[in-house]
Amino acid sequence: MADGAAHAHHAHGDHHHGPRSGIMRWITTTNHKDIGALYLWFAFAMFLVGGLLAMVIRAELMYPGMQLVEPDFFNQMTTTHGLIMVFGAIMPAFVGFANLMVPMMIGAPDMALPRLNNWSFWILPFAFGILIFAIIKSFLGIAEAPNFGWTFYAPLSTKFGPPSTDFFIFSVHMMGVSSIMGALNVIVTIFNLRAPGMTLMKMPLFVWTWLITAFLLIAVMPVLAGTVTMMLTDRHFGTSFFDAAGGGDPVLFQHIFWFFGHPEVYIMILPAFGIVSAIIPTFSRKKLFGYHSMVYATASIAILSFTVWAHHMFVVGMPLAGNLFFMYMTMLIAVPTGVKVFNWVATMWRGAMTFETPMLFSIAFVILFTIGGFSGLMLAITPVDQQYQDTYFVVAHFHYVLVTGALFSIMAGAYYWLPKWTGRMYNETLGKVHFWSSLISVNLLFFPMHFVGLAGMPRRTADYALQFADFNWWISIGGFWFGLSQLIFLWIAYDVCFRKSGTPATAQVWEGAEGLEWTLSSPPPYHSFTTPPRID
Amino acid sequence: MHHLSRRSLSVTLLALIFSSSSVAFAEWQLDLTPGVTSISEQVFDMHRQMLYWCTGIGILVFGAMFYSMFAHRKSKGAKAAHFHESTTVEIIWTIIPFFILIIMAIPATRLLINMHDTSSPEVTIKVTGSRWKWHYEYMDYKGDDQIKLGFFSVLSTPLSQIHRPVLASGLFPKGVGKDEYRENGDYEPQGENYNLEVDNPMVVPVGAKVRLLLTSDDVIHAWWVPDFAIKKDAIPGFINELWFNVPADKPGVYRGQCAELCGKDHAFMPVVVEAKPAAEFDQWLAQRQEEQKKAELAASQSLDKTFTKEELMAEGEKEYVARCAACHQANGQGLPPTFPALAGSAVAQGPAADHINIVKFGKNAMPPFGSALSPKVIASIITYERNAWGNKPTDGVDMVQPRDVAQ
Repeated sequence: MADGAAHAHHAHGDHHHGPRSGIMRWITTTNHKDIGALYLWFAFAMFLVGGLLAMVIRAELMYPGMQLVEPDFFNQMTTTHGLIMVFGAIMPAFVGFANLMVPMMIGAPDMALPRLNNWSFWILPFAFGILIFAIIKSFLGIAEAPNFGWTFYAPLSTKFGPPSTDFFIFSVHMMGVSSIMGALNVIVTIFNLRAPGMTLMKMPLFVWTWLITAFLLIAVMPVLAGTVTMMLTDRHFGTSFFDAAGGGDPVLFQHIFWFFGHPEVYIMILPAFGIVSAIIPTFSRKKLFGYHSMVYATASIAILSFTVWAHHMFVVGMPLAGNLFFMYMTMLIAVPTGVKVFNWVATMWRGAMTFETPMLFSIAFVILFTIGGFSGLMLAITPVDQQYQDTYFVVAHFHYVLVTGALFSIMAGAYYWLPKWTGRMYNETLGKVHFWSSLISVNLLFFPMHFVGLAGMPRRTADYALQFADFNWWISIGGFWFGLSQLIFLWIAYDVCFRKSGTPATAQVWEGAEGLEWTLSSPPPYHSFTTPPRID
Repeated sequence: MHHLSRRSLSVTLLALIFSSSSVAFAEWQLDLTPGVTSISEQVFDMHRQMLYWCTGIGILVFGAMFYSMFAHRKSKGAKAAHFHESTTVEIIWTIIPFFILIIMAIPATRLLINMHDTSSPEVTIKVTGSRWKWHYEYMDYKGDDQIKLGFFSVLSTPLSQIHRPVLASGLFPKGVGKDEYRENGDYEPQGENYNLEVDNPMVVPVGAKVRLLLTSDDVIHAWWVPDFAIKKDAIPGFINELWFNVPADKPGVYRGQCAELCGKDHAFMPVVVEAKPAAEFDQWLAQRQEEQKKAELAASQSLDKTFTKEELMAEGEKEYVARCAACHQANGQGLPPTFPALAGSAVAQGPAADHINIVKFGKNAMPPFGSALSPKVIASIITYERNAWGNKPTDGVDMVQPRDVAQ
């Protein structure tokens, strides 16, 4: 199969190998690197939009009392911030990495389904255009944006949802279609286009984590689509899935949502595991410790992720047996996750380490993600969770795993592969400034959230009691600082991508890097591997 | 003082950093509260136990990492070793965490079983959440199931303490709060229990097992008092159970908040429980029952009375500010598009019957007030709305009597 694809390309001759010029290159492109770049820039744009919404939240929460926005608008901000960051920033960024790196890592010329690839990207700007349109309308005071939290619990989102809820449902459907097509493409590519000799257990861990992530996506995105469709029929077609008055159950919504939602959490972290598992060995100049157990741990986490969803629902009034089952299963997840962390530490152990920006972000990932893991373990303990549930302790927890976890791995990966993608070294000094500025501010932003949460501050509140005031002020400062720090990254990426500055990068780029992508030139040829390399 | 000024906060923080004095931390709560009940103390112990485990494991793992980062760096001439797997080590660090988890799970299971036991309560109170208030109905006390006492519990912090616009253009993005903007910033100081105070707290006897039956009228709310370490969702159409028992030596006022996003005023829906010694509770109960009987009598008598416009307007303004202004604003301008303006509105100037219906039964984001407020209060609010801000009813009905509302 791999041979066939490569030969087919050769038969067409060289004039097909270069990109088209102008805007049509990007609209009609079927090239995995072009589409990967589109995904990454789109994700970064959404990251800035979602960040802007977070700035509104933090500005309002800086002092007790209502200063800037009214409470309903505040709820719209928390809702759209969550939706845009989860579906618009983190997920597309990882799909971008998959597009760029999977073919290069397995020795393929491109993704297996290039037209599907184009479509799955170009749906996204429209999906988020709809959502952003709703936000703009709300800014202008014309109509309110979705205001029920990114988890859109019924009946707040069904019977009491604003008219824009239907826009939101449409938008979620489009995101789901895009994700499913992207996932299919990854699976087909990995199963069919591997270079001869690359058995499954020889694949780089990033490819493994993405293969498992893709299966998770295919399993749960249809569940999300089902949830929003049930909402739609409840809202407009007289069904009562989530309305007790018609024989339904609002808690059913939460079961279905979290059956999607918990695997979704791992969709956002497994590729991150893959990225740091590529970076830490490079800068430790030592092979990844326990490759096999890393693969098994990733698979275990994915399988367990289907059996823990109701730990988001420890206070909905499940029977004792239900609460106990979900507590035990959730605690179990700590075992494979622990294995991963231990393996990363063992990889660093007795290596010969250097600390370039990708390594700094990766080390910060391991430490801060582990802190998020600790609070996750605490949240798993049902009796104590009934205190933590829906407080800022939870907000601190999932921002540690998603910002200092998923996002830091994305930053690490971007710095790691930017020289490969662009053929130029980024500005290392600025990269380090970006790292340290982000590291300090992100902890100022999220660490005190543990304290206010434990002290009793509920999440998603536009205002709070006075004992939370001091920490909230510092949290807001951390938030503004972290937000501004990301502009440094914008400049660094712009600098190498568009201003074409920086010294030319070698094919190897990093001294200790191993893998097929480093055998290609920097930047790689338009059709990455036209002749499949042989793996022994 | 609960809130330090900005400057003194910074000074305190600097002092903390440089002198590692722990005095200032007394002002801030950093950890979970041990609470007052036996359950809350066990929850606190469990939390601490988890915190110690995590800290211990963290010190080991991060310690190894930091040691490695300092000792095994290339700049120090470190040469990379070649090992990359060890089945023994990997099995060990899979099995040890597993056993640690079992050690954690045993007390957690025991505690959870305890928390689920709602049997043999002495007091049963039905708690109904609605946007954005709690209703407490006393169902059963020492076997008496004919108590017939129920009341709403609503935030009592005045809007004048909540609204503090920082921009002259008013609350972004809709220009609300313009009237309240003050250039010199001398807003009314926020009280000690800002956002955590209500008009009618739930009152319970100490030393008695109190069972709560939780439900909701509209969206999902969650009832939570950190000092009792209990939190549960109030779900429309379903009943959840919860229990607590305040020890006899711990009477007092305990405060919490709604913990599940329930719409606009989710942040303004506190829970306040007052635990009184049994004798005082009995006295309170008898007094409230008496008051409720009187109020019901007055309400039914009010149906036969005809009030003057001045009476209705005076009460209406007071009640409007307390009940309606959070959404429709004191100046009647509302927060469009969700909360429409009442000044010049088609409803407030249209047929009185439609106006009454909306207030009684609600519409879209507006909760129904028919069961929460007496006919007289509703009549005075409607009268106020039909006359305030230059409103002129097109049907000529500028005054509504309680009996019009009760129909």
